[in-house]
Amino acid sequence: MRTSRHTNWPVLLLVALGTIFILFPLYMTVTIALKNPEQMAYSAFAFPTELHWENFSRAVDMTNFFSAFQNSVMVTTSTVVLTLLTNSMVAYAIARNMQRRFFKGLYFYFVSAMFIPFPIIMLPIVKLASGLHMTNLFGLIMLHTVYGLAFNVFVYVGYIRSIPVALEEAATVDGATTWGTFWRIIFPLMAPISATVGILTCLSTYNDFLLPLIIISDPEQYTLPLVQYVFQGQFNTDFNLAFASYLMALLPMIIVYLMAQKWIINGVTQGSVK
Amino acid sequence: MNKRLTAFYWMTVPAVLLFFIFLTLPALQGFYYSLTNWNGFGHQYHFVGFKNYINLFQDDNVGNAYWFTFKFAIVVTIAINVLSLLIALGLNAKIRFRNFFRGIYFLPNILSVLIVGYIFNYLFSNVFTIWGRNLGITSLSTNILGSEQLAWVGVVIVAVWQGIAFNTILYLAGLQTIPTSLYEASNLDGAGKWREFWSITFPLIAPFFTINMVLAMKNSLMVFDQIVALTNGGPGRATQSISHLIYTGGFRGGEFAYQSANSVIYFIVIAMISILQLRFLQRREMDN
Repeated sequence: MRTSRHTNWPVLLLVALGTIFILFPLYMTVTIALKNPEQMAYSAFAFPTELHWENFSRAVDMTNFFSAFQNSVMVTTSTVVLTLLTNSMVAYAIARNMQRRFFKGLYFYFVSAMFIPFPIIMLPIVKLASGLHMTNLFGLIMLHTVYGLAFNVFVYVGYIRSIPVALEEAATVDGATTWGTFWRIIFPLMAPISATVGILTCLSTYNDFLLPLIIISDPEQYTLPLVQYVFQGQFNTDFNLAFASYLMALLPMIIVYLMAQKWIINGVTQGSVK
Repeated sequence: MNKRLTAFYWMTVPAVLLFFIFLTLPALQGFYYSLTNWNGFGHQYHFVGFKNYINLFQDDNVGNAYWFTFKFAIVVTIAINVLSLLIALGLNAKIRFRNFFRGIYFLPNILSVLIVGYIFNYLFSNVFTIWGRNLGITSLSTNILGSEQLAWVGVVIVAVWQGIAFNTILYLAGLQTIPTSLYEASNLDGAGKWREFWSITFPLIAPFFTINMVLAMKNSLMVFDQIVALTNGGPGRATQSISHLIYTGGFRGGEFAYQSANSVIYFIVIAMISILQLRFLQRREMDN
């Protein structure tokens, strides 16, 4: 019975069994990263009897991990900051002027881009970026910011329209300018939805592979997924090394996830349901 | 008051500029290139009209990529939606450690698609094959990614493994909008679980079903990272998706203009499918 307080044991059992499918590949990743080839030959599945941490230090050297990590963090944080500033601003202007044709048109102009598959602009964007000398991390930041715009404006506008206009009118009476109202009243009020947009932007930017692949040519500017791609092509025989390198690339987001799990799940729910 | 409006116009400037330069302009350029014979790196090209488009329809590689992508997208969309709805129902039931399990089921969504692909690539070649041999299942004892008939199943498995997470969370959000009083009432009326699901749960989460179908379909039509990590389009061209074909042909095969035409068609196809899906599913929502 739904109304009872008793645990539904059969369902609990099924849910628990299901997690094996999620956890098994991750368990394999961790164990392989910690073994050496001899241990692998002995048993592929058992937990390693001796831990080979040197896989990690060798992977760090071979992939130039810290440089790639720095690039990834730089691109991700800059994209998140730039996204929050520009996307919330334009969404505010749109949400408060929906009755005007210009702003309404702008809304549909932005939102329609949700249906544009990336491959359609993939070829020309490379020409454009190299023409503008933007085949670098700066270009990557700008492009990530633009490609999130459609979805973010959609989410932001929905949220801003639920904030009462009375607050801003009061501020205007007190002599605040539109800019002042935005930064001092609206922007702080948008904190929950900004968190959502920030989290989603962070995940998609950090994990993105296709955009860096076509934009970045200088190995010094490779991001983490790109490094894995190049690494895989060069050293595809040493699995222990490869898995140590995968694990290090996955770890930052896993740590962020463990710390902010509840936020992330709620954020995803809110952002997509709006 | 006019000053206020001016400020609003200024607020749109950064986003509009960026959006126009980096999205609208390239899309228009892509269409323009699709009418030429440019190879992507030379300085000379000619205007050829719709010749690329005509050739596309006679190209086996293109037909093959569309066939693979559609087969893949339909199977993935159905599998993801069925499984994530089941998991969401499980996670919404009265169970212990609910938040812990939610956390685990959402985990795949935060991981890089490329790296997940590499991990599964290893599992397919070195782990599942051992199981297949031990259990005496011949189809499992060789790497399915190396088989022209089965490689696409491997890509499906990885896409579903990772795609379920996001849709589960959305279904869960939907399930939580249903008031418990409805279930109490149906319990009093003596409705069984099956009846309850089709008469209450499913109709009430219809909007979430719509979102999930459209999102899963759109994401799987754009499949790229998994292909690179698992099969690189092979064996032969058995698992070459449309985006993979545009990427390889456009950047490496000297088919810049030709693949631009392909991406225009691809855009029209995706837009049409998304709109049709939205219309069809939303009408169904209202009927219920």
